[in-house]
Amino acid sequence: MTTPTIDRATFDALRETTGAEFALELVDTFLEEAPSMLDDLRHALAANDADKFRRAAHSLKSNCNTFGALTMGAMARELELTHVSKAMEGGAQKLAALSDEYARVADALTDLRHA
Amino acid sequence: MRELRNGAARLLVVDDNKVNRLLLTRSLELQGHSTASAENGRIALEMLRGESFDLVLLDMEMPEMDGFQVLEQLVNDRRLRDLPVIVTSSLEGIANVVRCIELGAEDYLTKPVNPVLLKARIGASLEKKRLRDQQKELMRRFATPEVAQDLQDSGFSLGGKLVRASVMFSDIRGFSSIAESQSPEETIELLNTYYALMFDAISGHGGVVTLMMADGLMSVFGAPVPLADHCESAVRAAQEMIALVELFNVERQHAVKPLIRIGVGIASGEMVAGYTGTNERATYTCIGDIVNIASRLETHTKVAQRPILIDEVTRAALGAQFAVEPLGPVPIKGKAAAVDVFSVDPRKDR
Repeated sequence: MTTPTIDRATFDALRETTGAEFALELVDTFLEEAPSMLDDLRHALAANDADKFRRAAHSLKSNCNTFGALTMGAMARELELTHVSKAMEGGAQKLAALSDEYARVADALTDLRHA
Repeated sequence: MRELRNGAARLLVVDDNKVNRLLLTRSLELQGHSTASAENGRIALEMLRGESFDLVLLDMEMPEMDGFQVLEQLVNDRRLRDLPVIVTSSLEGIANVVRCIELGAEDYLTKPVNPVLLKARIGASLEKKRLRDQQKELMRRFATPEVAQDLQDSGFSLGGKLVRASVMFSDIRGFSSIAESQSPEETIELLNTYYALMFDAISGHGGVVTLMMADGLMSVFGAPVPLADHCESAVRAAQEMIALVELFNVERQHAVKPLIRIGVGIASGEMVAGYTGTNERATYTCIGDIVNIASRLETHTKVAQRPILIDEVTRAALGAQFAVEPLGPVPIKGKAAAVDVFSVDPRKDR
């Protein structure tokens, strides 16, 4: 096993500094918002929209790091640093991989909600 | 200006991402601050121009108007350029961080923002703002608007520059005997009315009062802001001062109070103007031979029995509409050669 889906130390620190209840609300917000950010990425890739692509990847990266979703954060960062025109090649696979990782993150966060 | 009671402040969080907005807002509220949030730069600027905030936490990557554009607008806005901005972003590349600082951001925090670091940076920024606000308030109260503006635009540094200007000294004749004949409250009231009238006449002609000592005033025309006709402006101010004192005396006569008379001395030429003192306590003033002459001329009004006395340089700059009477050379303390003294008729024009 390599990097865990959710880094517990990061997540626990978040819960400790902001309060358990608030941390759960924040998880819910992320689970609501993340799918549309993934959609933004797909649309930006299809439309070759560099600003929108970079911004969506940037937002995902930032949120993933907040919750300790470090693997997904690193994947989003890689996309942020790739110009959309270069992301075309293999872009779809990378986005699919990112979506798969998101599914794992969402599951892990949902588990943590009940932990 | 907002009071920062117990260090609590009103902060604006600007971020297009909802999770980031909620998280920052939560951290700030846990620290006791009150917050508002905006989801892009355009909305943020609207809020900043409409309400009062102590500090802004600004994200960089945003749709519509990004953080760089917000920083640019703030720098160019006289009212908002001192508002502290802490950039909270996960921008890639040191060049972007440098650009934020160059655009006037006070500090830069990488997301996810560490709450302890956030608290420390906000505390430091607010403290700096508090000191700046205090300074501005003091300046507003103790400096003339011209000096305050000069300080704000070019900053404070001890030392002066050579300027061409006119210096005026004025005081109330026999002030101490007036002060002895009435209660201290009456004297303060008299001084306050007198100051109000004199300041009005002086600043109305572009002069700046640099020194107040009991009933004595020192003013300069031509610094810190250059004044093309500083000689004539100073003389016209003196004439208006005399006219205002006459009006004031009509009132005092009705109230059966002793009348006041003033004496004014004006000298012009090159002098050093600037801030003198220490870095802790300084004042804007003019230094040089000219200042000495103006002060002596004012003293000499008692001997000459004329209310306005000027030197040769000032006289040479006056137009023909002024009624000037040469009084001949007068020896002046601190000057080897006697100084040619002229009296100006206090009535406005010939």
